[in-house]
Amino acid sequence: MLNLDLANQIKAKFGDLISEPAEFRGEVTVKIADAEKIVEVCEFAKAKLGFIYLVDISSIDNYGEDPRWTVVYHLRAIVNGAEIRLKTDVSEEKSELPTVLGVWATANWHEREIYDMMGIRFSGHPDLRRILMWEGYPYFPLRKDFPLAGKPTNVPDVAFTKVTPLEGGPFVTLPSSDDAIAREPRVRVPENAEPGISDKRLVGNQLK
Amino acid sequence: MQTQSEIGYNSKIEGDVVITRIDAALAWFRKNSVWPMPMGLACCGIELMAVGASRFDISRFGSEVMRFSPRQSDCMIVAGTVTYKMAGYVKRIYDQMPEPKWVIAMGACASTGGMYRSYAVLQGVDNIIPVDVYISGCPPRPEAVLDALVKIQNQIGTEPILSKMNVVAQLTGAAKS
Repeated sequence: MLNLDLANQIKAKFGDLISEPAEFRGEVTVKIADAEKIVEVCEFAKAKLGFIYLVDISSIDNYGEDPRWTVVYHLRAIVNGAEIRLKTDVSEEKSELPTVLGVWATANWHEREIYDMMGIRFSGHPDLRRILMWEGYPYFPLRKDFPLAGKPTNVPDVAFTKVTPLEGGPFVTLPSSDDAIAREPRVRVPENAEPGISDKRLVGNQLK
Repeated sequence: MQTQSEIGYNSKIEGDVVITRIDAALAWFRKNSVWPMPMGLACCGIELMAVGASRFDISRFGSEVMRFSPRQSDCMIVAGTVTYKMAGYVKRIYDQMPEPKWVIAMGACASTGGMYRSYAVLQGVDNIIPVDVYISGCPPRPEAVLDALVKIQNQIGTEPILSKMNVVAQLTGAAKS
């Protein structure tokens, strides 16, 4: 109940900007309608509600939908163990939202990682460089339209990449109550699959 | 009157004379003193540490001198996942090692990329440097590393040294003239 109470306090403070809190198994998520207001909401959550710990920032690629990106902030209050999840949507055309570096210093590297993997920029970030891949790498590999096998690149004297042989993959496990042999990771290509199956997503038991 | 001079070779004190080819002697020196360059990149690096510790004790095979400088080592043990970001540095460190040099690819990742069929991982370190011995396992048992070391010692023991140097001398001499 604590999580829901705190979410309702955010809702009471910001009104229509905040969606109705959604609860799932004790975890509470609120959606922020305008990504530009994320800093104000985060400042309020830290200063007034005690969410002093930013656990993680992650991002979702809703490929084929609009808006394409969802950025997710996981907050925790150390004193009472409360947790809350803030989500906000960012359009593909914009692909930018304000940094929360001024609220939690730890956001620095989280935001760099999202920039590196997904290509979402954070305005006001003082050091928005790639953190895992090298400078000059031209792609954002966690995007859904980036093939699992990668693409060939070459930055002389820094690094190169090649296309990985997937040998029919990706290798997919099946969630079922069958024995381990039936469930083990295998190449599972539907009969009517198009070429480039590695770009497709697994939904339930089916590749979609 | 003394019939034997003590100045010469005294087999009672110094033992018997063993006669061999100089190639074989040099190879024997080399193979029993392989100095590894520990290229620990992932969990295989932990197993490599176990190989060096007392229980498995790589010093029984003359390879306890793990040098973290490529200038002082002659066998690179690539232990772990080689990412594309790291690949250039692995190649550079290999290039910095003086000849003669050998490479052991330890574990599935270093040998083939292992389970990482992905955009970020080099699919086998033999894409960038020549590998002499591959070790299977994820990670391999320390005994497997010792087995690979014995294999590479056997390989070193059969490599010609002087005849190879003669060939090099002839080639460079021919280039000068």
